Amino acid sequence: MTQDTPTTTYEQFASVASEYGIEPRRVEPNGVAEAVTEMLDPPAVGTQLPWEDATLPDGVTTEPTPADLRAATTGVTAASLAIAEYGSIVLDADEDGSDSVSLFNDLHVAVLHEDDIVPDMATAFEQFGERLRETRESAIIATGPSATADMGALVNGAHGPKQVEVIVVS
Amino acid sequence: MSSRESKAEHIRRIMATEGAAVGENTRGFNQGRYESVAKLEDYEELKDEARAIKEDAIERLPELVEEVRAVVEENGGTVYLAEDAADANRYIREVCDAQDATRLVKSKSMTSEELEVNEALESGGIEVIETDLGEWVLQVAEEAPSHIVAPAIHKSREEIARLFNEYFDPEEELETAQELTEFAREHLGELIEGADVGMTGANFVTADSGTIALVTSEGNARKCVTVPETQIAVAGVEKIVPSVEELRPFIELIGRSGTGQDITSYISLFTPPVDSPTVDFDRPEEPIAGGDTAGDREFHLVLIDNGRMAMREDDDLRETLYCIRCSACANTCANFQSVGGHAFGGETYSGGIATGWEAGVHGLDSAGEFNDLCTGCSRCVPACPVQIDIPWINTVVRDRLNSGEDVPLEVLVEGLTPDAETEGPGLQKRLFGNVETLAKLGSAFAPLSNWAANSRPASAVLERVAGVAGERNLPAFQRTTLRDWMDQREAVPALDPDRKVVLYPDLYTNYMFVDRGKAAVRTLEALGVEVLVPAAPGSGRAPLSQGMISTARRQAEGVADALDPYLEEGYDVVVIEPSDLAMFRDDYSRLLPEREAELFAEHSYELLEYVYGLLSNGANVEVLDTTSGEETVAYHSHCQQRTLGLEPYSVEVLTECGYTVTTSDVECCGMAGSFGYKEQYYDLAMDVGSRLEAQLREADADHVVASGTSCTDQIGDLLGQEPRHVVELVAPPEET
Repeated sequence: MTQDTPTTTYEQFASVASEYGIEPRRVEPNGVAEAVTEMLDPPAVGTQLPWEDATLPDGVTTEPTPADLRAATTGVTAASLAIAEYGSIVLDADEDGSDSVSLFNDLHVAVLHEDDIVPDMATAFEQFGERLRETRESAIIATGPSATADMGALVNGAHGPKQVEVIVVS
Repeated sequence: MSSRESKAEHIRRIMATEGAAVGENTRGFNQGRYESVAKLEDYEELKDEARAIKEDAIERLPELVEEVRAVVEENGGTVYLAEDAADANRYIREVCDAQDATRLVKSKSMTSEELEVNEALESGGIEVIETDLGEWVLQVAEEAPSHIVAPAIHKSREEIARLFNEYFDPEEELETAQELTEFAREHLGELIEGADVGMTGANFVTADSGTIALVTSEGNARKCVTVPETQIAVAGVEKIVPSVEELRPFIELIGRSGTGQDITSYISLFTPPVDSPTVDFDRPEEPIAGGDTAGDREFHLVLIDNGRMAMREDDDLRETLYCIRCSACANTCANFQSVGGHAFGGETYSGGIATGWEAGVHGLDSAGEFNDLCTGCSRCVPACPVQIDIPWINTVVRDRLNSGEDVPLEVLVEGLTPDAETEGPGLQKRLFGNVETLAKLGSAFAPLSNWAANSRPASAVLERVAGVAGERNLPAFQRTTLRDWMDQREAVPALDPDRKVVLYPDLYTNYMFVDRGKAAVRTLEALGVEVLVPAAPGSGRAPLSQGMISTARRQAEGVADALDPYLEEGYDVVVIEPSDLAMFRDDYSRLLPEREAELFAEHSYELLEYVYGLLSNGANVEVLDTTSGEETVAYHSHCQQRTLGLEPYSVEVLTECGYTVTTSDVECCGMAGSFGYKEQYYDLAMDVGSRLEAQLREADADHVVASGTSCTDQIGDLLGQEPRHVVELVAPPEET
């Protein structure tokens, strides 16, 4: 008889995300800046992270202009939620321009807090329901890179990033 | 050229030019669907939930429209309820004009195709750019979508490369999918940067928050929403769901059901006007955030009626409004896999459900262009995430189309069409719909009738007058029917008085394939069952497949009259022909009173399902014709049998009898009742069949067996040798 290995929500998230070419890296809050630096491909733009001890490194231009956005190779943003069973991260379309920063560049580095990984879609939608009714905000469930098969074969990086990396703050 | 000939020619041309690309892509999606939904533990529950949400939403639609209007206005947007396409286009044009817009960028939206909004805007001097890569390819090629999710599915990479190299004349020739995608991204990226208005569709609109859910993979919809200041979303009124939470089953089902992806790259839940600052590339050095454009977003939700509210009142078309446009019905359809949406589609929509959409939004004529391509094989039914009875919608629309057709009264076939149709389906449909009369006559005059029907002159007349493909050999009628044989022999006493069945004498078994009927009787009796074969009319399948609903109902009532006394006495009804069983189990709920239909649904069994049940309850398999384990069988299950979930029983019984079984995995053999007999569809039916032929030849088995009459006919034509019914392989030998 085989015994199932107990899987944490994080492990499930990491395992499913890896099917989309994402190998999440788990770091302490004060290790975020270093991890971002290692992962990014300059030039990079970003929007501020919402956690006190986790900051972006100097190499990331925050409050980018359209010219910065156009020139950048990497965009760094926070993800407000992740859905383990789908390997998905949830991006915000906020006033800082996170939607554009996570979308326009070849590489998107998302920073996620481990506490914000929920197990399944049902749990995620319970949260969306309350949040969207309350705040009338927007949310984007992003799974893997942007992709298209319209040109005769599957290609990553249609209008959005070719590659996505995830840093998990624990 | 007759209309049948020109239709055949059109289908041949589409198969030759687009069939390969469409086939490869749709079969890939279909296979992906099977794999992806298999990972869901609660797949059936999710479908039930999705169905219930749609039923509720469409029921309460007027109220939900008002809720959406209130919440979107509260959010700072505007809602316009457009009566029809012209009304919607006029409004959209006014919004653009008010912005002095010169360029509008669009993400993919079938509803906008329905409106033909591009043409309406372009005639007003507004440049419209499709930013979905597939849609953009079609815009450049000036072609229409061939698939509701992957619009350029009919184009190969080579064709797209040729198109782009000629049209854009790039410095370096484009060749790979990667190069083509990068070129498109660059080119479209610049066009988006300078756009004044962004237009999206909506997969769903929530009435509690005014959120627009967009299911995409490329990211162009996000750009179309974020970059320009003004956003327009066009959505059919049926896209409204009551709450955000109720999006969940659809989000879990839509990608899996459509392209076989567990989830698409982006599920955008935009609550417009969105908070994101616009990206103004005319002011490249001003930070995006906090700029003065941030609060100036404009949002217009254009809800489209265009016939939908009338569909809602129509008991048969209403279900169409539950459709989430996932494309599962197209991908799973054997005919669609061969021709795609340029043959199996109307003005806007394509695939099985398109009949409902086209009839509802563009009218019956548009649906009539392609409605015949639904053979009623029912493989789309279990694939549909909202459980729409797509074959029924096709049948109803066919019936409505029939009512408008003239009936040519040819002397030759007068008397062969004693149907109950008050207005006329065409002659071809009536011939196939009234196959019962034909069968009775054919049997009475056999073997003369067989020589006559398959003789060259008769075959030519049948083709010219009724459109029966000359290439087909018609099944041979038997002089001694199954019922005659039963009457003439001595009754076999039952071993177990509680096991008594009525074997339904379907037309094919009774008049043509009498041997399989005898094999069925021998098998059941050997397993200890009392078998009766009472007189009963055709099940109604043949007329139903031709859209002759009143005739089908009359026959169903006849079957009920004939079999009710037995059902009341506790007999089970065993059915050989899967398409007739599907009538008893499913379609009768639409043709007979509820209690009557339930009786049939509960007490009817497919023959091998019943045999399996007997074996599981202790009957001895050794009384059947078993083998020692060296022999192999290639088995093709019938489409409707598979939809009923009954394929495994035949496989199990064959296995228990000692055979090693390989099964085909094509959705349909291509014959699909009378479809493949029709002159105009012969080539298509053979193209569909070619994949089954390849699988059967590949299996290289000692025996080829199938379950349906049309399957055995088709396989006979494909392999040059008629396969047997499963029961003929396992039945105990005839006593001599």
